[in-house]
Amino acid sequence: MSLLEVEGLEAGYGPVTVVRDLAFSVDEGQVVTILGANGAGKTTTLRALSGVARASGRIDFGGTPLLGRAPEWIVRQGIAHVPEGRGNFATLTVEENLRLGAYVRKDGGRTRQDIKRCYGYFPRLEERSTQAAGSLSGGEQQMLAIARGLMLRPRLMLLDEPSHGLSPLITREVFKILREIVEEGTTLLIVEQNANLVLEFADHAYVLETGQLVLDGSAEEIGSDEGVRRSYLGMV
Amino acid sequence: MERFIQLVIDGIAIGSIYGALALALVLIFRSTGIVNFAQGEMAMFSTFVAWALVQAGLPLGLALLAALAASFGGGMLIERVIIRPVEGEDPLTILIVTLGLFILVNSGAGWIWGFNNRGFPRALPGGSTTVAGVRLSYESLGIVAVLLVVVGLLWLLFEKTKLGLAMRAAAANPASSRLVGISVGRTLAIGWGLAALLGALAGVLVAPQLFLDVNFMGGVLVYSFAAATLGGFDSPKGAVIGGWIIGVAETLAGDYIGFIGSDLTILVPLAIIFGVLLVRPNGLFGSPEVVRA
Amino acid sequence: MSLFTVERGSTRQTQLRLAGLTVLAVVAVAIPFLFGPYRVSQFTLVLIYAIAVLGLNLLVGYSGQISLGHGAFFCLGAYTGAILLDRTSIPHLLTVPAAGLVCFAAGLALGLPALRLRGLYLALVTLAIAIATPVLIKRFDGLTGGSQGISIQQPKPPASLGLADDQFLYFLSLVVAVPLFWFASGIVRRNVGRALIAMRDDETAARTMGVNLATFKTRAFGLSAAYAGVAGSLFTFANGFVAPESFTLTVSFAFLAAIVVGGLATVAGALFGALFIVFVPVWSSDVDEALSGVIYGATLIACMYVFRGGIMGLLRSAWGRIAEVQGTTTGRSDDEVGEEVAVAGDVRRTGAGARGMRS
Repeated sequence: MSLLEVEGLEAGYGPVTVVRDLAFSVDEGQVVTILGANGAGKTTTLRALSGVARASGRIDFGGTPLLGRAPEWIVRQGIAHVPEGRGNFATLTVEENLRLGAYVRKDGGRTRQDIKRCYGYFPRLEERSTQAAGSLSGGEQQMLAIARGLMLRPRLMLLDEPSHGLSPLITREVFKILREIVEEGTTLLIVEQNANLVLEFADHAYVLETGQLVLDGSAEEIGSDEGVRRSYLGMV
Repeated sequence: MERFIQLVIDGIAIGSIYGALALALVLIFRSTGIVNFAQGEMAMFSTFVAWALVQAGLPLGLALLAALAASFGGGMLIERVIIRPVEGEDPLTILIVTLGLFILVNSGAGWIWGFNNRGFPRALPGGSTTVAGVRLSYESLGIVAVLLVVVGLLWLLFEKTKLGLAMRAAAANPASSRLVGISVGRTLAIGWGLAALLGALAGVLVAPQLFLDVNFMGGVLVYSFAAATLGGFDSPKGAVIGGWIIGVAETLAGDYIGFIGSDLTILVPLAIIFGVLLVRPNGLFGSPEVVRA
Repeated sequence: MSLFTVERGSTRQTQLRLAGLTVLAVVAVAIPFLFGPYRVSQFTLVLIYAIAVLGLNLLVGYSGQISLGHGAFFCLGAYTGAILLDRTSIPHLLTVPAAGLVCFAAGLALGLPALRLRGLYLALVTLAIAIATPVLIKRFDGLTGGSQGISIQQPKPPASLGLADDQFLYFLSLVVAVPLFWFASGIVRRNVGRALIAMRDDETAARTMGVNLATFKTRAFGLSAAYAGVAGSLFTFANGFVAPESFTLTVSFAFLAAIVVGGLATVAGALFGALFIVFVPVWSSDVDEALSGVIYGATLIACMYVFRGGIMGLLRSAWGRIAEVQGTTTGRSDDEVGEEVAVAGDVRRTGAGARGMRS
């Protein structure tokens, strides 16, 4: 049984439906990516998973249905959502942002340890630990957002366009750290427009077009698909 | 010279009242972007509750505590029942709701307790002490002390507790707060409860000198708006310091400037609001814009 | 679903509109003959307030500048009229445009510095002005008669018309109101109106379209003040005197409530709003004298829950069920709309409110 199983997912906002009849799964320890252009419904899919978008169908996490549950409850199941635009608390310090990541956890002492662990992954954050999050650079903010997600000690981490607005160099750095995180046991579901880097890194990939799944396969298969290469990898 | 210092101290005392109510306004504004025009009336209502409890035979201290507790609960209730349904609406709709609340609470108090004014017992000791030729009333000193204690407690809450962190987070980024598991609705309700508590505190402290009637907090509200504007509408520190400055300006102006006299002193906070907004709208300590990360 | 369809801009739509307006006109003219003097004077007040409320709606609904102090312009107009009648031999009817002009100038004067203030700050400045107004009136009693106020001769109907005093005042207000409403709806319907709405919703976009924001906003202030001033001078006629008590903060708040209850950014909404602020307090004190304020406040709050878009919004959706107006597709993809709705939804859910107060 997969860690995350989604079937017949229909999601949107109010009267508008963005995603139709979506089905995919993520096994524990995997890195799965959902690719697609702007407006394809990638963000909506993640929001359906974390409970902030209207959804119907079936979403099972470790056997537990998530559909219809409040985001605050879903977080407590061990799902961390690193949203598009990073979602940092701009006026709070870096360290406060990290503490908030662990908000639902009951083990205070371990939290302190985990903050140190995050600083280990992202030394730049430690340098800026008392600065307001809003004053960090784009790359640092992305790292902060990921670190905040990590603080939950999640089983599954949802990442929405982690490379957005970052230089290729910084993006590589971020993905390197994500690789380490996976090695430590976290499952990742990454949504991306930038297919190049993520396909090197993922195990499995799905391609979304105007709200529907059009391709589904291993990262290698998807990476060598003609259509994908043309549309998403910028290759002819 | 002694008179000057006395006026300043009295100004700081009354300014503490304005600061307390301004703090309530700022608390709510920071967390929801709402300006609660009914804050003064809620404070008035709580003060009446205290009065009624004293009339019913409760000792003053107990009555005050009960009224403060009731105001906290009332604030939470108002947020949940009256404000929550319109929380995401445009600012004008919310404004009208707070105006409706103003009218409702004001008339409600009048309906329950009548429209006459009455005295309110002093919580703080009367009398005064003289230091270096300056007469310091215990009441003034007491009010300032209470405010400082309250501000200190609030600071501890916001900076050192998990709840305080959650409240600051919910104010900074409600969407992300939900994603870390914070119940934004609950923190907002607590914020309104705290604000109501601050207002009630201001009410019971100022009632002995202003006499209690349904409109007695109206003027205080105007001064508190001036304080919040001067300090910066999203700055708690600004609310308190702004309150002190307004209070001192009021007492000094009332005394020294003939044009003003005592019945036109309300022009002082209004002029300050005007001046601040034209020169530096975000006040002394307010943030110039909202930063999104 | 709907009973019938109407093409936008068709003759049928124009005919329906004309029919509606005719009914309204007939009712309006009949009122002074159907009711006694007290009720007629209330309707006169409705007309007067409707003018002022329309002005405020032009400012708030169409140009997005929030004002908590509209009552101050109303007061300025009222006192201008009263002082002119008291001190000069100017004929009654001329005080109306005079008040309008004075207030137009005052509105422009305020509109200029207002350009630098956003949302909350503009609200606070206008609030301060509104609170200061009665205080300043009492202070400058040499000019204004202080707390005593000024009494004036009310305009009398010419004998040839055969009207009672109250009826004449009603028709006078009606005759002033109609062209003002017509003018406002003309402004709103033309491109200028659309530019104003664009300005309210997205200033950057409006700026790139070449809409001169500063001019429009300042003019909107002047125009809205002029409307309030005209209404104020009519108010003086209706009462026969002016005194500071009539122009407290309550008046400004009532106007604000009226535009929201009637329907923001609508012309007809001003009429409904005025009806609300005149008659609901009357009705609620009929229900229970002591509880009248409670009922009024509760009704106001309830309206905000129920009538999104005010009474006009309610009427529009009701009308939408009866007649489907064609020619309103927007042609955007579901995803684009979805993303927009998502962002808007976030803003709503977060409780930070839309642009305005917090900008």
